[in-house]
Amino acid sequence: MPAAHQTQSKRSWWRANQQRLTPWLFLAPGMAMFGLYVIWPILDSFWLSLYDYDGLGAKEWLGLENYRELFADQAFYTSLKNNVIWLVLYLLAVPAGLMIALFLNQTVFGIRLYKSLFFFPFVISQVVVGLIFSWFYAPRFGPMYHLLEWITGQRIAILADPDLVTYGIIAAGLWPQIAYCMILFLTGLNNVAPDQVEAARLDGAKGWRMLWYVILPQLRPATFIAVVVTIIGALRSFDLVSIMTSGGPFGSSRVLSFYMYEQALSEYGYRMGYGAAIAVVLFLIMMVFISGFIWKMVRDEKEGY
Amino acid sequence: MKHLTRRAGLAIGIAALAVSAAQAQQRTLRYYADFDPAPLAAFEAAIAQFEAEHPDIDVVLQNFDHEGYKTAIRNFLTADPPDLLNWYAGNRMAPFVEAGQFMDVSDVWAEHGLHESLASAAASMTIDGRQWGVPYTYYQWGIYYNRSVYEQVGAQVPETWDQFVANCELFAAAGIDCLTTGTRALWPGAGIFDYMNLRTNGYEHHMALTSGEIAWTDETVRNTFANWARIQPFITASHAAIDWQDAAALLVQGQAANYVMGNFAVAVFKEGGMTNETLGFMPFPTINPDVPRAEEAPTDTIHIAAGAQNPEDARTFLAFMARADVQTTLNAALGQLPINSGSTVGDDPFIQAGFELLSTTPGGIAQFFDRDAPAEMAQVAMEGFQQFMVQPDQLDAILERLEAARQRIYQ
Repeated sequence: MPAAHQTQSKRSWWRANQQRLTPWLFLAPGMAMFGLYVIWPILDSFWLSLYDYDGLGAKEWLGLENYRELFADQAFYTSLKNNVIWLVLYLLAVPAGLMIALFLNQTVFGIRLYKSLFFFPFVISQVVVGLIFSWFYAPRFGPMYHLLEWITGQRIAILADPDLVTYGIIAAGLWPQIAYCMILFLTGLNNVAPDQVEAARLDGAKGWRMLWYVILPQLRPATFIAVVVTIIGALRSFDLVSIMTSGGPFGSSRVLSFYMYEQALSEYGYRMGYGAAIAVVLFLIMMVFISGFIWKMVRDEKEGY
Repeated sequence: MKHLTRRAGLAIGIAALAVSAAQAQQRTLRYYADFDPAPLAAFEAAIAQFEAEHPDIDVVLQNFDHEGYKTAIRNFLTADPPDLLNWYAGNRMAPFVEAGQFMDVSDVWAEHGLHESLASAAASMTIDGRQWGVPYTYYQWGIYYNRSVYEQVGAQVPETWDQFVANCELFAAAGIDCLTTGTRALWPGAGIFDYMNLRTNGYEHHMALTSGEIAWTDETVRNTFANWARIQPFITASHAAIDWQDAAALLVQGQAANYVMGNFAVAVFKEGGMTNETLGFMPFPTINPDVPRAEEAPTDTIHIAAGAQNPEDARTFLAFMARADVQTTLNAALGQLPINSGSTVGDDPFIQAGFELLSTTPGGIAQFFDRDAPAEMAQVAMEGFQQFMVQPDQLDAILERLEAARQRIYQ
């Protein structure tokens, strides 16, 4: 019977290729989602960045005109510069988090409470962090404002000062980020092999040498993750800028992600093409770091970490 | 981003479908708006009156958050247009008119004689010789001041710019900010610029500048900034870090003397404890006596969406909202000024002062910088105004930046 024969052959085809196909079948839903929600929007942004589009009317082909304008745009360079400042200063969260983790990694009465208190800033929303720091810096009633007035004798409103504003926002961002790095290191410290510490102690290592040659090498995975989340956090810093200053005063605290939002979606924006061009530049910058991370992870995996 | 907006539009669409399905027996008018609580109550009363006069029409009002509305309007106009919607006059409605999203309502204007009764706002509702909506309220801008502080330093209410600047010296000596503002959201700074320019160069110049016909590096614009520079040292120093309500608190507390603001700020001053005795209002002082006095009065409007399901009843509603008696009641509740010349105004002294100010304006009535200028230009320019008030020595760089933006935006 031909029908039976057909099922027979189908089944055998499946049986023959089962091993090869199964992983792809399991991957398929994830890949479809990833393609739809990550890859496709990225390509769409590239495409959109070649048009002039206000979200309502017809798209107008511009070619590379958006990019030409972007590279002559002073506001773009201000945002780029601020992104670099963010990137450099935000990384302070890694050593600071390590210090606090080392400090808290002891067994005294109530240490869990202290750990929770140090971790607290990471639990509260970035919006709340932004508001708290805005009040902290606020002219006339903020504690920081009074402190600066007492020290320097000048009235300094940090969030209104074009030279200080970015540092003020980064300080607010560091608060939760340090807590985050701390918790990563604390879990890492739990896994430090006690026999190695013991052996090092017998060999006479202590203090900095102990930290540098014995503890830190064992914290490598935690350090790697801490650096990754901090760099990515610095590059996508948007919420704090938006809440604390809206990019002001006169655009001096903008970062690329906020500038993109402002151009494409804010009340006075709706230059979707130009916003997409900024997004593409930001994506390319992030890509440098992300490729580096992926390359390192693949290498580590091959070496068997 | 695109997907996000589409999905948001879809969600609004589904919500609206559910609403319209529930009211199938009557003819429905779907009305999208962005009222704060007090205006919302006033409007619900007006809608109730309309439904009483037209029992076969049911107006379904969907209220949006004020800030969210500015983004939502772009989604719902393309994805699922309502019949009626709120927006603003002047260049602020130009993108929607040009994209064909608003319906031409010139016939309503002609049929109900609105060219006469709404004459004061006709120009700002007209694009390409046709009218695109109906204005229902406006409010004056000017200088609100703290009378107690004026008494404290012995200053007289100024009528000319020289007097105003002289007063500033008095206030500065007493440790009081002569002029306060909060430019965190940028737009309050544009109010100061508009008045500086209206008083230095006049209404025609304001309109030409916001339409991109005058270079920002022009001598006339420089004159405006030169006059502004005279009071720059007396403006609240941290204005870039505070919101307009924070600056209002400074005026209430007597730490600042004057505030260039719209009449909506009166409610905030009074909440802070000021009364008709301590709060004063004056027109912006004369700078150039040869320039006819012009004022600022932003106008709020109602439009019909181009994709409206029920444009006939929507026209009836617009005609209703343009009526003198309707605008009288509505604006009494809003605490603002009616557009219709046949309406009467409430007896609040600030409303009275505004009515007096606007009805006797010889020069013309401007909307506001961010309504007269295209949105992109407004953003760049308002940042420039803020920077000028912080770094007046950067004026040349600011004006060159604005000029470059003008050449790009208006091409």
